[in-house]
Amino acid sequence: MSALEFAGVSVRYGRLTAVDGVSLTVPSGQVVGLVGESGSGKSTLAKAAVGLAPVSAGRVLLDGTDVRRLPRRRPLQMVFQDPYSSLDPRMAIGESITEAMPRGTARGARRAEVARLLELVHLDPERAGMLPGQLSGGQRQRVALARALAGQPKVLIADEITSALDVSVQGAVLNLVRDVQRRLALSMLFISHNLAVVRYVSDIVAVMYLGRIVEAGPAEQVLTDPQHPYTRDLLASAPSTHRDLLADTDDPLADTEPADPHHPPAGCRYHPRCPIGPLVHTDRTLCTHADPAADAAHRPHRAACHFAA
Amino acid sequence: MARRGSAWAAAVRTPVGACSAVLLAGVVVLAVLAPLLWSDAAAAIDTDAIGQSPSGAHWFGTDALGRDLFFRTLVATRLSVGLAVLATAIGVGIGVVLGTLPSVLPRWAGRLLTAVVDIAVAFPGLLLALFFAVIFGVGTQGAVLAIAFAVAPAFARLVQTLSASVSGRDFVAAARISGVGRVRLLARHVLPNIGEPLVVNATIGAGSALLAFAGLSFLGIGVQAPDFDWGRLLREGLDGIYVNPVAALAPCCAVVLAGLAFNLVGETVAGVVGVRTRTSRRGAGPLPSVPPAVAAAPAGDAVLVVENLRVAFPGPGGWTVPVRGVSFSVRPGEAIGVVGESGSGKSLTALAVSRLIEAPGVVTADRLEFDGKPVDKAPDRELGTALAMVFQDPMTSFNPARRVGRQLAEVSEQHHGLSRRAAFARAVDRLAAVRVPAAARRARQYPHEFSGGMRQRAMIGMGLMGQPKLVIADEPTTALDVTVQRQVLRLLARTREAEGAAILLISHDIAVVSQTCERMLVMYAGRVVEDLPTGSPAQHPYTRALLATTVDLDTDRDEPLAVIPGRPPEPDQVPEGCAFAARCPLASDRCRTEDPVLEPAAEGHRVACWHPQVSVLSGQSHEEGAA
Repeated sequence: MSALEFAGVSVRYGRLTAVDGVSLTVPSGQVVGLVGESGSGKSTLAKAAVGLAPVSAGRVLLDGTDVRRLPRRRPLQMVFQDPYSSLDPRMAIGESITEAMPRGTARGARRAEVARLLELVHLDPERAGMLPGQLSGGQRQRVALARALAGQPKVLIADEITSALDVSVQGAVLNLVRDVQRRLALSMLFISHNLAVVRYVSDIVAVMYLGRIVEAGPAEQVLTDPQHPYTRDLLASAPSTHRDLLADTDDPLADTEPADPHHPPAGCRYHPRCPIGPLVHTDRTLCTHADPAADAAHRPHRAACHFAA
Repeated sequence: MARRGSAWAAAVRTPVGACSAVLLAGVVVLAVLAPLLWSDAAAAIDTDAIGQSPSGAHWFGTDALGRDLFFRTLVATRLSVGLAVLATAIGVGIGVVLGTLPSVLPRWAGRLLTAVVDIAVAFPGLLLALFFAVIFGVGTQGAVLAIAFAVAPAFARLVQTLSASVSGRDFVAAARISGVGRVRLLARHVLPNIGEPLVVNATIGAGSALLAFAGLSFLGIGVQAPDFDWGRLLREGLDGIYVNPVAALAPCCAVVLAGLAFNLVGETVAGVVGVRTRTSRRGAGPLPSVPPAVAAAPAGDAVLVVENLRVAFPGPGGWTVPVRGVSFSVRPGEAIGVVGESGSGKSLTALAVSRLIEAPGVVTADRLEFDGKPVDKAPDRELGTALAMVFQDPMTSFNPARRVGRQLAEVSEQHHGLSRRAAFARAVDRLAAVRVPAAARRARQYPHEFSGGMRQRAMIGMGLMGQPKLVIADEPTTALDVTVQRQVLRLLARTREAEGAAILLISHDIAVVSQTCERMLVMYAGRVVEDLPTGSPAQHPYTRALLATTVDLDTDRDEPLAVIPGRPPEPDQVPEGCAFAARCPLASDRCRTEDPVLEPAAEGHRVACWHPQVSVLSGQSHEEGAA
């Protein structure tokens, strides 16, 4: 039973602020889905939690303890996007899994544990001696999951784990992740750009835009009653059987360019693309200078929008 | 491991491999045996035969003390080769340590070390060797150290570069997260993954060391008398070169042969362990012929006709045929989607149509016609203006060093003969047409200044420099976000409306295709298994399975997701019969022996299946919704 909490976390690389004051809690045993476009900082946030990105402000807390104070083998594990690069091509998969086990695991116990973990991710334990090159993408992603579980994590971070896989394989991996999460009562941060996938897996959904969380709340609520215009835009863009993706609106904002993270706009970061912002309603000049993040906590779903619906 | 073994055996059978094996064996045998057998003969002083020319008794002649030069050259092998290998080994050892230390040391120390290595690399190796030889003093030991130190910086640099690229990969990050320490990370993950190029470079480096050592001995600061190596023999032989040229030439030849042995071995090792220096085209033989698939009904006015298209690549064990007889046609202004898993051959089909399959790939087709003319005979100009291509990665499809507007303008300069200025004006106009904001300004920018979506627009804009009759878009939105994906798809739809161009949209996302296209080709293992209007219910079990596995915003969260068991066959292991049979719930014995052909099932609907599903099952909401 463990909660992961981001408290005002910022990550800066030189002048680029990839993550800007993000506060988000992954409650114990629950799945938080994090969506956003590429460059929104969602992967950087995950890296900050596992110590692969420098936290320049704020803290990442695991059960109230700053993760930087935790021992080197943290109860916090991550599964990466690309199963073709996340496993050492020269190391047998059983060895990769063994390596992630806590120190002091007895030699005999290790082999049994590898077999148990491989069975947990629905792979034949006989395959422990195989190299990653002999496995398919979906199978490798299972191995990556088994390796993450070998560290006996309390919190699991899944960073775009299905986006490198074919749809026919994606389902199997998602089923597995969900099953394992429920069985082990893991807390999980599930990152994806695919809203449909996030919806399927998550209890809570958080939407990220240009380094900030713009909306967060229970999954069903956020997806059926989105408060932030960006969330609505994301929902409308997702391929769905109910809408025509090509229904050509003469929306003047339809072709706006995503903002540059190196030069985030002043005020509300979404205002240059916002369909309910100053470009459409000329009287809403508030958006161009006042940051809606300041009093987001009071709005439903913590929506960072002055005119949240 | 067996595969590795056979790769070595195959490498030794190549001319280079055979030569290197023979040379290396010769050098090693000589180095071991020659001093044992002929030491006495090489050292025997014969005052009756001083400075003789080659003769029956002394094949290479004798030196100033009457010693036999043939035996001396042979005996010198051990010292020459041994010292060169020793020097290389020490040099590589130092290089590996220097190269890996920065990742273990504290940051400032690592940087300092890197800087020192960088400076050392800037000096020529031989100059360094001379410098060190002076420091370490004249003699064998000094020369070994000198050469070792001289080659070390280059290896340190190589190790640094290689390990930096390995360290950036996810598996190193994953190991760090699991709490693996720096030293173990280096030993278990980084070094094994850079071993191969290192070994190859060390082997080739040994050849250079041999030469450098001979050079030092020749200059008199290497091996000292009474020891002798080839460099020393060369120095002694040079004095009498007009009397006995062989005395100087023999050690020269020995150096060249041994150096060649090292270099060729390096080359062979590189070929086997994967550091490719050349491609092999052997072993494939002629492309096997196949019976033509059932001819598609000729579409009179079609802009693209493809019949029995096959794409093959030669492999070590014969031809691999990733596209196995694809037939379809595209009518003017039609939007067709091609879907399938990775490896199904959908992108290769697109590349073959646009004549972009490079040798050694081979494209054959009964008919492959664009705009009524065979594609392989169409002039570049026609293909360049009437056929537009949009690729998955917009970053790599533009030249990063040239302004976007100029790259677009080039099309019109090349194919329409427009002046530079007029072509640029058209480029700006076309960028505006694909709704790039501030087109005149952006035309003067470089590709990296464009976001992914904008680059993809510019790519479509480049296709619109002519009057395209067909736009082939290969996964145009896979690298983009959903909001941008919608923009690009809308732009393609608008292009189709405004220009009357047909669209061939290749995508792994069946949801995207079913919402943007009128017709959908479903590919599996190099074949079209179903060709259906996007509105009508799918009949092929594979298409149905694909639709069922798609996750969308209406998927039931309480149910596990549908999956397709198994995986597609590899292109070189396509089974007899229907390729999908192994994964198909409806497969019968017939499916496993007889390959179904694409046959009309209904109006505008073709399916290649022995058991097409005609009944409308529950759970067909996908197709109905898309209608």
